[in-house]
Amino acid sequence: MATAKDEILGALRKQVPIETPALPEVLEGDWIRYADPITQFSNLIAAVGGSCFVVAGIPDVVAQLESYSEYKKAKRVYSQVPGIETHFDLNSVASPKDLEDLDFVIYPGEFAVAENGAIWVTDKDLKHRVIFFITQHLVLVVPKSKLIHNMHEGYKRLSFEEPRFGLFVSGPSKTADIEQSLVIGAHGCRSMQVFLIDG
Amino acid sequence: MNAPIHKEHAELATEFVHNRERAKWHDSSLWFVRQKRDRQTHSIPEWEQLRELAATIKRHTLAKLPQYLEEFERNATRMGAVVHWARDAEEHNRIVLQILQEHGAKKIVKSKSMLTEECHLNPYLERNGIQVVDTDLGEWIVQLRNEPPSHIVMPAIHIKKQEISELFHDKLGTEDGNNDPTYLAGEARTHLRQKFVNADAGITGVNFAIAETGGFVVCTNEGNADLGVSIPDLHIACMGIEKLIPRARDLSVFTRLLGRSATGQPITAYTSHFHGPRPGCKLHIVLVDNGRSKIRASEDFHRSLNCIRCGACMNTCPVYRRSGGHSYSTTVPGPIGSILAPNRDAKSHGDLPFACTLCGSCTDVCPVKIDIHHQLLTWRKELAIQKVVPWTKRVSMSMAAAVLKRPWLYALGGKVARVGLRWMPRWMIYNGLNKWGKQRDLPPPPAKSFREQFRSRSKS
Repeated sequence: MATAKDEILGALRKQVPIETPALPEVLEGDWIRYADPITQFSNLIAAVGGSCFVVAGIPDVVAQLESYSEYKKAKRVYSQVPGIETHFDLNSVASPKDLEDLDFVIYPGEFAVAENGAIWVTDKDLKHRVIFFITQHLVLVVPKSKLIHNMHEGYKRLSFEEPRFGLFVSGPSKTADIEQSLVIGAHGCRSMQVFLIDG
Repeated sequence: MNAPIHKEHAELATEFVHNRERAKWHDSSLWFVRQKRDRQTHSIPEWEQLRELAATIKRHTLAKLPQYLEEFERNATRMGAVVHWARDAEEHNRIVLQILQEHGAKKIVKSKSMLTEECHLNPYLERNGIQVVDTDLGEWIVQLRNEPPSHIVMPAIHIKKQEISELFHDKLGTEDGNNDPTYLAGEARTHLRQKFVNADAGITGVNFAIAETGGFVVCTNEGNADLGVSIPDLHIACMGIEKLIPRARDLSVFTRLLGRSATGQPITAYTSHFHGPRPGCKLHIVLVDNGRSKIRASEDFHRSLNCIRCGACMNTCPVYRRSGGHSYSTTVPGPIGSILAPNRDAKSHGDLPFACTLCGSCTDVCPVKIDIHHQLLTWRKELAIQKVVPWTKRVSMSMAAAVLKRPWLYALGGKVARVGLRWMPRWMIYNGLNKWGKQRDLPPPPAKSFREQFRSRSKS
């Protein structure tokens, strides 16, 4: 008996050929660029419910975090950014379920996109990727030199050659499913701070 | 014509507009989203170029679909996923159940997937002793109400916050009469957190599957898909075979179009790229045909498979906004759904291509440039050929054709109408036979016909 795969592909192959346009170039092009990408990015992060801070370095990030009452109260903080204290080693956590009470995650973003306020993060050297979603507050730290204009520049930097999880994250989790009223903090983080640092 | 298994669109729409205030509210909620979409698209100078690129990529992919499906399977397998193929909804459901049973999974968290709605996966799994929780807030609300989503992106757009408050009070014991969306969403978050943490498996849909890398992308705002597949050891991703794109770089076009077209956001809050399972975990991908290859065989309608399910055509459609998603009686309602559904069953969904004013607004906003209103018009012709339009419509159309073919009869008809409309009593004009006049009056008849006016003008 023919398998489902054979039948589906067989049916498709028997069909009258559809005219095939060539695949277009999508990375190179006259795409939007901003005179001041930092302001554009900061405004967009604010528009999607997050906060963006432009600071010199890690000590400024720490100072800013310590001004938050939520951060001072936080019982469980995980940081993967050198120079920012972490409460525990993620590799010693056996199951992702054990991260339910995570308050803050501080993580390096690989690059940030000015056109839509998205930051690329991956689970490289990360045992439990659930931290991005289960934490109450997400803090991302990105060097200013890694701020790009648009998504075409973004995908130029990405290759997917090995099993890996990667994510464009833009603002805290949100829902408008109740009468189109925006509610920040759906299932993922309730707040997101982005720090653009020198370098 | 066989009697349809559900009420016709016009009948359900009549029920929907019966509550005028509510119908107005529904209309303006969707128009609000359409306006957000416009603001976003106007902020991108190259918007039209992006639409053109997206349309070309999708046309290319559809033409070479068998090749890209095989390439995707090869690469997804190399990444460590297990790929399954399903001819129809029943086979899809059987495969998902079998995977769950092999893993002893009983409690499932599912994020929004129109495909699993189309396949009626939830009732099938429940019949087999598996608990499924829809975790998108809107989808969870409609699941608790035991009804289907009324929109593909905003499943609960037809429900008022008072009704959600009552539902939550009834099912979860939340405060009676507290209609605050922040409070209600917070209660849902707390309740569903426990479901996420205790789930045995997560099921997601797929927004884009990349042939070249064997990965796929899932877009959400709530973070529910990601939370649902980052805790349990098993992830099942279900996708229609038309979700493919050739290259990862093509996402640079689609991620710019999707969020802006769907909800007027610059991008969804989470745009997740999955390549292979988490270490020590399992990832299964189910590729589903369920009528898609049949649509691809149709020269008239195969372009409808390019749809990326953004919902922009629904938000802009004057008929959808005023009749509600449930009036379509299909998983995908609105303009695009009215093309897809008759392909599945022309007898049961033949009313849908007529639930359209042919205004063309859907075609204008479609991010992949599907000629939606042209295809709806083509469907009307096709349905007339197949004789699945109601006899009343067929008889009136052939009468119209008979009149329009004979100029003398047309002129006579006009004369009779001009005199008759002026002198006939109201009940003779506005009755059951005049559907057009149900909610509006005819314009006052002119003294002379156009031809008479034209003739007297050319004489002088």
